[in-house]
Amino acid sequence: MRVSKPVVTLDQVVIRFAGDSGDGMQLTGDRFTSDTAMLGNDLRTLPNYPAEIRAPQGTVPGVSSFQLHFGDHHIQTPGDAPDVLVVMNPAALRANMADTPRGATIIVDKDEFTTRNLSKVGYATNPIEDGSLDSYKVHALPLTSMTVGALAHLKLTRKEAERSKNMFALGLLSWMYHRPTTLTENFLTAKFGKKPQILEANLTAYRAGWNYGETTEDFAVSYEVKPAPMEAGVYRNISGNVALSYGLIAAAEIAGVQIFLGAYPITPASDILHELSKLKKFGVITFQAEDEIAGVGAALGASYGGGLGITTTSGPGIALKSEAIGLGVMLELPLVIVDVQRGGPSTGLPTKTEQSDLLQAMYGRNGESPCVVLAPATPSDCFDMAIEACRIALEYRTPVFLLSDGYIANGSEPWRIPSVESLPEIKVNLATVPNGENGEFLPYLRDPETLARAFAVPGTKGLEHRIGGVEKADRTGTISYDPANHDFMVRTRAAKVGGVKVPDLVIDDPSDCAEVLLLGWGSTYGPIWSAVQVLRETGHNIAQAHLRHLNPFPKNLGDVLHSYKKVILPEMNLGQLARMLRGEYLVDVVAFDQVRGMPFTTEQIVNAALEVLNV
Amino acid sequence: MSEVTLTKKDFTSDQEVRWCPGCGDYSILSAMQSFLPELGLPREKIVFISGIGCSSRFPYYLETYGMHSIHGRAPAIATGLAVSRPDLSVWVITGDGDALSIGGNHLIHALRRNADLKILLFNNRIYGLTKGQYSPTSEQGKITKSSPYGSLDTPFSPISLALGAEASFVARTVDSDRKHLTETLRAAAEHKGSALIEIYQNCPIFNDGAFDQIKDSDTRDEVLLRLEHGQPITSASHGVISDERGLLEVKPLSEIDQSQIVIHDAHIQDPTYAFALSRISDSSLEHVPVGVFRDVERAPFSQLVHEQIDAVIAKEGKGQLAALLNGGDTWQVE
Repeated sequence: MRVSKPVVTLDQVVIRFAGDSGDGMQLTGDRFTSDTAMLGNDLRTLPNYPAEIRAPQGTVPGVSSFQLHFGDHHIQTPGDAPDVLVVMNPAALRANMADTPRGATIIVDKDEFTTRNLSKVGYATNPIEDGSLDSYKVHALPLTSMTVGALAHLKLTRKEAERSKNMFALGLLSWMYHRPTTLTENFLTAKFGKKPQILEANLTAYRAGWNYGETTEDFAVSYEVKPAPMEAGVYRNISGNVALSYGLIAAAEIAGVQIFLGAYPITPASDILHELSKLKKFGVITFQAEDEIAGVGAALGASYGGGLGITTTSGPGIALKSEAIGLGVMLELPLVIVDVQRGGPSTGLPTKTEQSDLLQAMYGRNGESPCVVLAPATPSDCFDMAIEACRIALEYRTPVFLLSDGYIANGSEPWRIPSVESLPEIKVNLATVPNGENGEFLPYLRDPETLARAFAVPGTKGLEHRIGGVEKADRTGTISYDPANHDFMVRTRAAKVGGVKVPDLVIDDPSDCAEVLLLGWGSTYGPIWSAVQVLRETGHNIAQAHLRHLNPFPKNLGDVLHSYKKVILPEMNLGQLARMLRGEYLVDVVAFDQVRGMPFTTEQIVNAALEVLNV
Repeated sequence: MSEVTLTKKDFTSDQEVRWCPGCGDYSILSAMQSFLPELGLPREKIVFISGIGCSSRFPYYLETYGMHSIHGRAPAIATGLAVSRPDLSVWVITGDGDALSIGGNHLIHALRRNADLKILLFNNRIYGLTKGQYSPTSEQGKITKSSPYGSLDTPFSPISLALGAEASFVARTVDSDRKHLTETLRAAAEHKGSALIEIYQNCPIFNDGAFDQIKDSDTRDEVLLRLEHGQPITSASHGVISDERGLLEVKPLSEIDQSQIVIHDAHIQDPTYAFALSRISDSSLEHVPVGVFRDVERAPFSQLVHEQIDAVIAKEGKGQLAALLNGGDTWQVE
């Protein structure tokens, strides 16, 4: 379909779809994102939904939203504030007005602004009519009744017909921003192919929405956003959880080992279990365990057998798995622990993001129990860091934490698909012959370079041996309560993890003379990067560096920290990395913390940096 | 038959056995070491995984692969190993505290799934390694360090619990009866899927004599109801009969007719009968069935897991990494 109205070119747009949990806002956002990715725009997304599957209808706690930021240039955040807010009911308006700047476009389903719905969320008068939205560009449309009208020829109840109103809205937005329609049409056909009436309803509503934009006088112009310049290659749009799943598959393929995922369902990590469960053709074993402990236990058992044991969870699950992870440290077996962090403590904010499990991953076990800790920076980086986690786990025979979070797990971005040949090598090097002077097998004899122990899996003839959680004698691995041996083994395990080779920290400083460093880790990369661009555009020299390896730290980290007058460290916790850096390097980093369940906005970080820069 | 001929000595590790003198674990270990050659498997194909407790030191003393893991988690760890390595013979060594208290959840789910594990539950009705607190199988009113006025907890029957968890093989034996113990190990080894063996085991330090009446030659024949498939269930003095409601009762032989005595059938799919059998004994150990309560065929978990993977590969073809990465909606940037 072609747009015939005047076209205005924009360099970027932030759209937020908001409605009741049952209104299909996540699907609407996903579809608009896919269509946008195909147009070649760069983009980032922020799904934001309540923990309740269906909170009371029409209430503020039941509001679900999806924000998409796309542009003709590099985009690293889902956008600070929406340029366009689509609201399906008064609760969605109530919940999102505070984030919406004056002048923004608001598209409203006015059919839902009934006295009853308004009073449910405390509106005494209708904001569409009482002038309170005068400083916004409001399009109050009868979305519901137009949808029902468009579907009149189908034999649907009113309630059934109303369900397609999200597709009407999607069609209208697709017209406004010149999104291609074939992808969504194909998607709907695949999704509802077996239910012809539902398919017809969705397609009809989608096209009706598009046609409404094209014909009504309410929308005088449409907009285009040109493709962003991107490195040549084949791209797809990918969320962090899917990228992470694919990284695990890739690592197993490269290493030639079988994946065993032991997991218990938990938000926001379950999608990794779902994704890997679909990929059995790769020989993946997915084991939905009876509890978090069994998930990690079974993974450890599979690793003991020579597989790649993986467990996926979120913060509360890590708390339950701690003892078994400690066993992994003691046995020195490969184990990948994926923690898709969410707001804590306790059940906390299950569907909201946070980075507050760093210290739990670092220190949350009894005894001196070192683990490697990694953190992906963006949704697509989850792919690379999953491979890195598996590589270190298999080569060093150690538990490795991969700290994703709800924001990058559910958020998505375009990903340049790597060639299989470009992926790193992983060498497992299992023991197959005795390694002792007298023809015996010494399971705790170490590789002098990596300090990885000799690892013989059951089934290896002549290397039968026993291991356990009780302290082991150096070399032989038999039980030892000897004080000197324990001291040696504790230090050796620490040295092994401390000696894991990780790449140096890369500094981005075009000025080459910045005195202030903006440092981050994990999912704060996007807003930090965006803030750095804003600061540089306004004449400030500022350096950026981002940690993806948190234990061990890059070897050059101390030098880097000491070479700046100030180091600013935004974190979605109360300064967990800041504490580690102060302890390790005696550098008084400027911690900038937030725990609101939402990623930083660019503006927040710009302002925090300005406070330091303007001193 | 197997080409491997091994002996007890081949399965004895060089580690000094460190249980208390007189511990029932010694006789179980010895019976196991003697039995293992019968499996006909090379040593490297056998794995023992234990939790925490006195019995959980067991793997160290066997010249096979072994893991002494953490409290209660052995069934979970062993499930991961057994599922990913169906070529191995995986044994779990656990105790009444390890399997029924801290690890109760893993035990019931391993049995429910029919994971390919032979689980030996050493039941001494006491916490030995922590020096004498009541366990989930201790009789109510038990005086221990943590229950000086008597324990208030109602004990578990491990057999009833296992049957309630859909176990496909459940048996009971006694540490001191080497012949019966070995027969029971053999039956468990031949069973495909999970097998749970409860082994009454004496703790000479903290619960000595707990099973005397089923061990002493002057009482045991009156107490033990030996379960043999196809044979009537009797002790020297009593027989098991079924009442009109299908419940089982133990009656003096003098009061019943031989034809009334229940003929044991371990292969009944419905677990009701085996459960009724499991309720015959209580903490008083007046009448104690020993032998195989239940032995029914059910697809082992690892078989199901691998059949599913094979079926997916047969249908969709083997996974190709490049195709996976390039799947979904893609676009080319020149």
